[in-house]
Amino acid sequence: MKLGVLFSGGKDSVYACFMAMQKEEVSCLITIVSKNKESYMFHTPNINLAALQSEACGIPLFEYETEGEKEDELEDLKSAIILARESYGIDGIVTGAIMSVYQASRIQRICSELDLWCFNPLWYVNQNEYMVSVVKSGFDVRISGVFSYPFDESWLGRSIDEKILQELKILSEKYKITLTGEGGEFETFVCDAPFFRKKIVIDNYESSCTNHNGTFIILKAHLEEK
Amino acid sequence: MIYICDLCGEPDSLSYYEYVKPIEEIVKSFGREFKTIHYTALSKNKPEKNDSFILCGTALMDNKFLEDSDKFRFIMDTEISVLGVCAGVQVIAKIFGGNISLNRKIGMTKVIKTEDDPLFEGKSEFEAYELHNNSFDAPDDFIILARSESGVQAIKHKKRVIYGVVFHPEVRNEWVVCNFLKIYGTV
Repeated sequence: MKLGVLFSGGKDSVYACFMAMQKEEVSCLITIVSKNKESYMFHTPNINLAALQSEACGIPLFEYETEGEKEDELEDLKSAIILARESYGIDGIVTGAIMSVYQASRIQRICSELDLWCFNPLWYVNQNEYMVSVVKSGFDVRISGVFSYPFDESWLGRSIDEKILQELKILSEKYKITLTGEGGEFETFVCDAPFFRKKIVIDNYESSCTNHNGTFIILKAHLEEK
Repeated sequence: MIYICDLCGEPDSLSYYEYVKPIEEIVKSFGREFKTIHYTALSKNKPEKNDSFILCGTALMDNKFLEDSDKFRFIMDTEISVLGVCAGVQVIAKIFGGNISLNRKIGMTKVIKTEDDPLFEGKSEFEAYELHNNSFDAPDDFIILARSESGVQAIKHKKRVIYGVVFHPEVRNEWVVCNFLKIYGTV
């Protein structure tokens, strides 16, 4: 089965892609670029670097721009999926949804209307086991945004390793935040994954944070042999 | 032994992670051992008397289990406890003579209990996630335990521990699976 992965460049969509590749053929990555910073569905820092991630893993990228109006963006997503199907002949869509019924049910509806398969391989995953697997399987995942207490500027740009995972576990228990950032507490950017042929090296970035709300914007990056 | 049955069209599929593994996680967190089996392997290894059998859901595009529902006929004459989830309840309804009809629903819905039963102990209504193509008429041997706007949401065999739920309890209603396991533990 040929699949298109809804791709934000963060750990969940990259890991979902990794899982899908072990069972089916991933033909393209589909990225929705939202102009609306408050987008419920699609906004994420560094989305413009999906092209570099696509080059790193050798899977073609299908990019589609949306104004990011709350319900209109679903029509945009549908249009993007229709065009991706025309270009790559995909039979289904893969998402990195973990617990968001809001996100998953909307994508399920679009796929159902288009007679496409819908896969959410991280759905209700054991979050601890998932994060341990991310760290141990050779992913280089950077914190690219923080959006809740107690995260501050010191977290931005850090690579999620065993030490950070331990810190996250303590914080998740203390402050009732999700270990995966599923609740929007933080966002990530993947510089390397087991299926990447090359890794992304960050040359220059801009990091800013106020009131536990900050982003790590990658200004310049290049690919290096692994 | 608790058998968790994968009803996806093929063994070892990408859908396993979405429809089977979350059920495994609930059973694991309940502290019970289990064995997961794909339905095509039931001819070689199936639950026996006093075992428990949980039939999981499938992707919306995956309805092969309905063509293969005969593989589940052993449920009718084997003394096992059964919980069918989504695709699982459709299989139960079909083998016991219920009529399956098209009724596609995706998203949250309000489930209202219509009969007292230990499966919904302490809850008269709750929000649940449904993701299905079909509805069914409850077979003669079954009573309806809960409904929603779109139709039947839960059934139970009149004489045996055979339950079916249309909604997906692994999403926000793990307690339903836990209640089933408690009922199974007391059978």
